[in-house]
Amino acid sequence: MNKPAILVIDDEAQIRKLLEITLQSNDYTVSLAETARQGIALTAAHPPDLIILDIGLPDDTGHNVLKELRSWYTHPILILSANSGEEDIIAALDNGANDYLVKPFRTGELLARLRSALRSTTHELSTPVLDINGLQIDLAARTVKKGGIPVKLTATEYTLLALFARNEGKVLTHQYLLREVWGPGYISQSQYLRVFIAQLRKKIEDDPNRPTYILTESGIGYRLVSPE
Amino acid sequence: MQLLYSILSVGIVSVACHFLSEYMGYRVVAFVLLITVSLIAMFFDILPVLLTAILTALTWDYFFIPPHFTLQVASAEDGILLSMYFVIAMVNAVLTFKIRQAEKEVRRKEKRAGAVKLYNTLLNSLSHELRTPIATIIGAADNLQANNARLTPQHRHELINEISQAGLRLNQQVENLLNMSRLESGFVQPKKDWCDINEIVYDAVRHIETNGVSQHIHININPDIPLFRLDDGMLEQIIFNLLNNAVKYTPADTRIDIAAMCYTDVLQLTIEDNGPGFPEQAISRVFDKFYRLAESTPGGTGLGLSIVKGFTEAMGGRIALENRKEGGAKFTINIPAETSYLKNLKNE
Repeated sequence: MNKPAILVIDDEAQIRKLLEITLQSNDYTVSLAETARQGIALTAAHPPDLIILDIGLPDDTGHNVLKELRSWYTHPILILSANSGEEDIIAALDNGANDYLVKPFRTGELLARLRSALRSTTHELSTPVLDINGLQIDLAARTVKKGGIPVKLTATEYTLLALFARNEGKVLTHQYLLREVWGPGYISQSQYLRVFIAQLRKKIEDDPNRPTYILTESGIGYRLVSPE
Repeated sequence: MQLLYSILSVGIVSVACHFLSEYMGYRVVAFVLLITVSLIAMFFDILPVLLTAILTALTWDYFFIPPHFTLQVASAEDGILLSMYFVIAMVNAVLTFKIRQAEKEVRRKEKRAGAVKLYNTLLNSLSHELRTPIATIIGAADNLQANNARLTPQHRHELINEISQAGLRLNQQVENLLNMSRLESGFVQPKKDWCDINEIVYDAVRHIETNGVSQHIHININPDIPLFRLDDGMLEQIIFNLLNNAVKYTPADTRIDIAAMCYTDVLQLTIEDNGPGFPEQAISRVFDKFYRLAESTPGGTGLGLSIVKGFTEAMGGRIALENRKEGGAKFTINIPAETSYLKNLKNE
């Protein structure tokens, strides 16, 4: 398999250097851009497999770059943010970012997110049966098995899990989940989400209090990951 | 406004004196009026006080000194009394006012001195807390750069580890300072949403445990605890800081218990340990900004617990600290909040 190509758009030279070394030594091909214009031009010339985008760019806000890129670029975009302001991150996710990391981040975490995001792009092409580390979700038959044993889910629980499975690795915001599973009228009814996430965890996690499939992104949303 | 109140008080006191003058004689009235001037001087500005002094002198003369309802004075004795009354009332007014001015000045100076002291404590604490990890990073990096060939793999590994630890410590300090300045700005509005307490507590514990913990943390939450409408970020920070405090300042193998309970629309969180507890005289001060126990180990800004208190109060709650009878410290937090059980949803 070819080395995945990653484009880093960040105005901070130190962060660019750090990411360049980290990514190259982990078998990625890296290109660098320090402004929004440069980043968009590079993406158009050689579309990378994934973009790491700093949300606080000088010549254009990362949000505008994100919107512009998302009008035609379909591969994962991972957001870097210097402040942990939830609104900023939620806006980026709603504008089509797949995942986010807040500076300072640990290298291990960054690499895990990259692997997860790159894996999720391959799902769309494969069979209706998704296998997420022993959790098999058959989107055609609407059944779920864990380690070969059927898991009984209610209709809502299944809808929620299937939504997560189709977006493996991607952070899904509270609002997005409420709108997709319960409908636009339920966007502010986050208590439904809390209750059903807890129920779903009881059925699919080994220890519902220490979840390994459905992870919480505090104040933002949830995502389904393959435990590594 | 104060002028109006002054005139009004003089009026009321005069009417009262008018009814009493039959029993006490008009000269006693002068003293009652003087007391009025003194009282007003204790609370009002100089202008209303002077006005009161003049008004009472005129009132006394016009209504009480015979002949009544004229400004004339019949006897020479009363003339002297009236002049003396006028002088005493004026002196009284001015002196009281001056004393109050002096007191104000002293208070202002004390406040300023307090602010300067707090600022110095802040700077001392900050420069130490920020410079130590910075010194570590610069020193370790220099060492790796200059002595790379001579360092044993073991030493190289240790230096890199020091850089990483220092970075984490710096990040923690910055996080604390940002939270504190948010609280200080007074604009902290809790973003209330439905919170799964179980999830928040386990997340905070996992967060603490990733940094390595030598104590034993036990969690006790009723699985049927309702959802609470609170700020999840603040709650997690509160729990994290309290656990962090317990982990930092109790010996290895200490037992730390964290529990969450629901009393009619109140969330109660308790975090207790069987460590050494707090010195009794420190208990009332541990939530103060930059307060640190005299004998405590270095590596804290003294902000953690004041942030806990700030966030708790921002959500309308209260926090208390006590030493347990059987030894160790116990923090209790009570926060009123809307609750939701949603049990009817279970089979949807």
